[in-house]
Amino acid sequence: MVNVLDRKLFRDLTRLKGQALTIALVVAVGVANYITLRSAWRALGDSRAAYYEQYRFADVFARLKRAPDSVAEQIHDVRGVATVYPRVVEEVLLPMDDMITPAHGQLISLPAHGRPPLNDVYVKSGRFPEPGRGNEVLVYEPFAEEHGLRPGSTIPAILNGKLHELIVVGLALSPEYVFAIEPGGITSDDERFAPMWMSESAIAAAFQMEGAFNDAVLRLEPGADERAVLVALDRILESYGGLGAYGRELQISDSILDGELAQIEAMVIVLPGVFLAVAAFLLNVVFSRMVTLQRGQIAVIKAVGYGNSTIALHYVKMVCVIVLIGSLMGVGLGAWLADAMLDLYATFFRLPMTRGRIDLPVAINAIIGSFLAALLGIGFAVRTAVTLPPAEAMRPPSPARYRASPIERVPGLRRVHQSTMMVFREIWRRPLRTVLSSAGIAFALAIIILGRFGKDAHGPILDLQFGRQQREDISVNFTNEVANRGLGYLAHLPGVDQVDGYRVTPVRFRSGARWRDSIVIGLPPDSHLRRLFNRQFRPARLPHSGLLITDVLADILDAKPGDIIEVELKEGDRGTRRVQISGTIDEAFGIQGYMQKSSLHELLREKPTINTALLRVDPAREAELQMRLTDIPTVQSIHRKRTLLERFEEQTGQTMQVITLILTLFATAIAVAVVYNNARVSLSVRSRDLATLRVLGFTRAEVSAILLGEQAVQVFLGIPFGLLLGTFGAQGLLELQADPEQFRMPMLIASRTYAFSVVVILAAAVLSALLVRRRLDSLDLIGVLKTRE
Amino acid sequence: MSEPNPNSEQSAILAAHDVSKVYQMGDVEVHALRGVNVSLYEAELMVLLGPSGSGKSTLLNILGALDVPSSGRVVYRGQDISGADERELTEFRREHVGFVFQFYNLVPSLTARENVALVTEISKTPLNPSEALELVGLTDRMDHFPAQLSGGEQQRVAIARAVAKQPKILLCDEPTGALDFKTGIRVLEVIDEVNRSLGTTTAVITHHAPIASMADRIISLSDGKVASERTNDEKVSPAELTW
Ligand SMILES: Nc1ncnc2c1ncn2[C@@H]1O[C@H](COP(=O)(O)OP(=O)(O)OP(=O)(O)O)[C@@H](O)[C@H]1O
Ligand SMILES: [Mg+2]
Repeated sequence: MVNVLDRKLFRDLTRLKGQALTIALVVAVGVANYITLRSAWRALGDSRAAYYEQYRFADVFARLKRAPDSVAEQIHDVRGVATVYPRVVEEVLLPMDDMITPAHGQLISLPAHGRPPLNDVYVKSGRFPEPGRGNEVLVYEPFAEEHGLRPGSTIPAILNGKLHELIVVGLALSPEYVFAIEPGGITSDDERFAPMWMSESAIAAAFQMEGAFNDAVLRLEPGADERAVLVALDRILESYGGLGAYGRELQISDSILDGELAQIEAMVIVLPGVFLAVAAFLLNVVFSRMVTLQRGQIAVIKAVGYGNSTIALHYVKMVCVIVLIGSLMGVGLGAWLADAMLDLYATFFRLPMTRGRIDLPVAINAIIGSFLAALLGIGFAVRTAVTLPPAEAMRPPSPARYRASPIERVPGLRRVHQSTMMVFREIWRRPLRTVLSSAGIAFALAIIILGRFGKDAHGPILDLQFGRQQREDISVNFTNEVANRGLGYLAHLPGVDQVDGYRVTPVRFRSGARWRDSIVIGLPPDSHLRRLFNRQFRPARLPHSGLLITDVLADILDAKPGDIIEVELKEGDRGTRRVQISGTIDEAFGIQGYMQKSSLHELLREKPTINTALLRVDPAREAELQMRLTDIPTVQSIHRKRTLLERFEEQTGQTMQVITLILTLFATAIAVAVVYNNARVSLSVRSRDLATLRVLGFTRAEVSAILLGEQAVQVFLGIPFGLLLGTFGAQGLLELQADPEQFRMPMLIASRTYAFSVVVILAAAVLSALLVRRRLDSLDLIGVLKTRE
Repeated sequence: MSEPNPNSEQSAILAAHDVSKVYQMGDVEVHALRGVNVSLYEAELMVLLGPSGSGKSTLLNILGALDVPSSGRVVYRGQDISGADERELTEFRREHVGFVFQFYNLVPSLTARENVALVTEISKTPLNPSEALELVGLTDRMDHFPAQLSGGEQQRVAIARAVAKQPKILLCDEPTGALDFKTGIRVLEVIDEVNRSLGTTTAVITHHAPIASMADRIISLSDGKVASERTNDEKVSPAELTW
C-alpha cells in the first residue's frame, strides 16, 4: 500500500519532471564519466600489469654496438640485477609489394631453446620459428593485418644489404611494443613499422653477430637501486659501444602508456566532480524553492502529527528517485562509453585486454558519490523544512526584501528601464546563486574547450614541423656515415630536385650529476631542407659555435646558455668533450641538440661525412627513386614525410572528433540543466509579478525578456570565466601530456574553438530558455489577481 | 430590462453586448455570465454590486480584455474587440485600460516610483511618475519598496500606476477588499479624485452596498445576470460614506 506522503512524492515529481530529468541527466553524465574513466584506467592498468608480469617485461634496457656473450655474465654480477637477457636487434628494410617506401622492420632474436627469459613474445596465431630454419619469423600482428599477412605468407627483407625472403610462421605481440613507435618516429604506424622475431642463429648469421649481442634487457631484484644499475651497466658497455642504458620511464611504449594512465587519473576525479557539483547545486535551487512553496503543506503535515524525520525522509526520498534515475542512466551510459573507450584504446595499445562486463565496485562508488552530492545539495532546504515551526509555516513567508543593486549607482544606468532594474535586483537578491550558476556555465564552456583544443594545435604544429621546418619529401638514414661526396651521387638519382646532408650522432649530455642520452644534429651552413623554429612559430638561428639544445633538455640538465656541459660521444673515439651551450630552442619535438655540421665533425674528430640525407623529390618519379634508394646497401631507413603526416593526422583526428563530440554533449547537459532549472524556479518565484505585468499591458516578449534576462546575465557572466577556465585547464592538461621529452604540444587555442564553445553554450541556453518560455504563454493572468502572494 | 438611460447610446465608451461566459470544469459547466448587457459611459463612475460568485470579476475582466467572452460582443468606441487576438488585447490593455486589484499586485523588487514608471515607460501619453504619486498623496514614499509600505499605501501606488498612463478606463476589482474602513475611504477618495480631475471612466466592484452612493450609476449582478441598473442622483463624496 502506498502511503499518502508517497503519493504526494510522485505527484510532486511528475510536476517537476522537466527539472528532475535535466538534473538526472547531469548526474548521469557525472556517473558515466566516472565509470568510463575509472574502468578504462583499471582495465588498461590491470591488463598492463598482468601482461608485463606474464611476459616478463624488462626493467632496464640498453643498446650497444657489439659485445661478446661473456659480457652478459659481467652484467649479471652487478648488484641488484636478477636476470640478464642479451639479444641481437637489427633494423631492416622491408620493400613490401604494396608500398612505395619500404617499411621498417626491427628484427629481434629469439633464443635457441625455449622462450625469451625477458620481453617474451605473445604468439596470437601460428608458432615460434624452428631453430635451424633460418628464414622463419614471427611478425607484429597489427603490421600483418595491415598487409594481409598470415602464417605461411612471405615478406621481402633486406638483411645487411642482401634481399631475403622471410616466411611468416606466426603473428605476435610483445610487452615491449604495446605502443609501437619506430626509433625516431613520432607516432605508431602499423603499416610501416614491424617488430619481428627470428631465431638468434639466423640473425647472427645474417649480421655476423655470432657469439655476440647488441641489445641487453634486464630485470632487477625487488628493491634494487635502478640508477646504480644504470651507471654500472653503462660502465660495462662503455667499451662495447653502449648507447646508454635506461629504465622503463624512458622506454617509449611504456612511457606513452603511462602518460595515458596519468591523464585519465587526473580527470577521473575532476570531471565527474564538476558534474556532481552542478547537480548538487541545482538540487539545492530546486528543493529550496519547493520547500518554500510547500510551507503550508509542511505545516499541515506536521500539525496532523507527522514527525520531523518523516518530513526529512520525504524530501530525501524525492531526491533519491532523481539520483537513482540519473545514476542508472549513468551506469548504462558509462558501461557503453567505457567499452567504446577501450575499443579505441585497443587500436593504439596492443595488449591482451582483460575487460569485465561492468566494473561493479566502480559503479557502486559512482552511485554512492552521486547520492552524497545530492544529499549535500538538498541538505539546507530539508533542514529549513524540518525546523519550520508549524504555526509559522501556516503564514506565508515574509516578503522578499529587495535592495537597490550596486550596479544602479553607476551613473547613466539609473535611467535604465524598470524591467531591466527588476532583473538586476533579482540577481542582487541572490548573488550566490548567480555566481554558482555562472560557475556551472563556465565549467560547461571550459569542458567544451578541453574537448576540442587538442585539434587546434595540430594543424599549425604539423604545418610548422612538416611544412616549414622539415622541408624535405624524403629522408634517408644510413647505417654508417658516408663521405660528403655521397651527396653528389644522391643528387643524380632520378627525380631528386634538391638534397641536403646532415650528420647525426648519438651522445650522452652530462651536466654535473645530471645526464640524458640523445642526439646531436649537425646542420650544414646552407641548410635548406631543415630550418629551426620555436613553438611560437618564430624562426630560430643556429649559433656559429657551441650547442643549441631544446629547452626541455636544458631543464633535464639544469643548464642554461653560457654553461659548459659534457658531451660523451658514442661513436669514433667515444671521448668526452666539453661544449658550451650557446642557446636553447623551444621546439615541439624531441630533446636533441644542434650544432654547425663543421663543428660536429671537429667534435667527432672526423672528416666531413653525412649519415642522413634530406631529399626534395619530383613526385612523378618518386616510385623509381624509392626503388633505387632501397637498393643502396648502406640505407637503413627511408621516411616519406607525407605518409607520416597523413598517418599522424588520421590517428589523432579520429580520436579527437569522438572526444570533442562526447564532451560537447556532456557540457550541453550542464548548460541546459543550469539554465532550464534556474528559469523554471525563477518562473515559479515570479509568475505573479510577470502575470501582473501582462495585465498591465506588457507583451509576452517583454515579460519573457524579464524572466530570461536574468538567465542571460548568468550565462554572459559565465562565458568569460569559462573561456579563462578552459584556457587554464588546457594548459594543465598539456603539462600532464604523455611524454614531454617526445612531443610538446604548443599551448594554442584557436579562436574557432573559443567561438564554438560559446555558440554551443548559447544554443543550449536559448533552447532551455525557449522550453521555459512556452510556459510563460500559459501564465494564468486572472488567477494571479485572486490570490494574495 | 431597458431602464431609461440618461446618457445616449453614442457616448458609451465600452460596452458588453449579450456577453456570456461558461467555464468548463470537467463535466460541469459553470455559467459565470448569462447574457449580460452593460455599458460604460464617458467620464462616469460606475459601481458594480452583487453577491459573491455573481460574476462581477468575470465581467470586469472581460471588459478589461483580460479574458474573452464565450459568446457576445465587447465594443470599445464602436469597435468590436471580442474577436481580437492575444496581441491586440495586450495592446488594448496597454493603451486604454488601468487596473486596480484587491491585492495591489505591485512588483516587490521595484520602488513605488519604479512601479509607476513600469507603466509610463510603455505608454504613449503618460503622466510623470511623481505626478501620479502626488495625485494619490504619496510624494514622500516614492522611493520605498512595497514591503516598506502599508496596505493602503500599496493600494494607492497601484492606483497611481493604473492612472499614470492616462487610460480612458479605470477598472477596480474590490480595491478596498483587503483594507480597513479608514484606509478604504482614503483609497476611494483617490479613485474619486482621479475620476473627477482626469475624467477617467471608472468602474468599481465592491461587496459593500454603501459604497454605491459615490457612483454616478449602479449596476447589480446576480447569478450571472444584470439584476438592476440605476442612476444615482444623490452622489456623495467618499468621505461621507459609512458602513
Ligand atoms: N477560472 C474559473 N474556472 C471555473 N469557474 C470559475 C472561474 N472563474 C470564476 N469561476 C466561476 O464563475 C463564477 C463567477 O465568478 P466571479 O469571480 O466572477 O465572481 P465574483 O462575483 O467576482 O465573486 P467574488 O465577489 O467572490 O469575487 C463563480 O461561480 C466562479 O466559481
Ligand atoms: Mg470577484
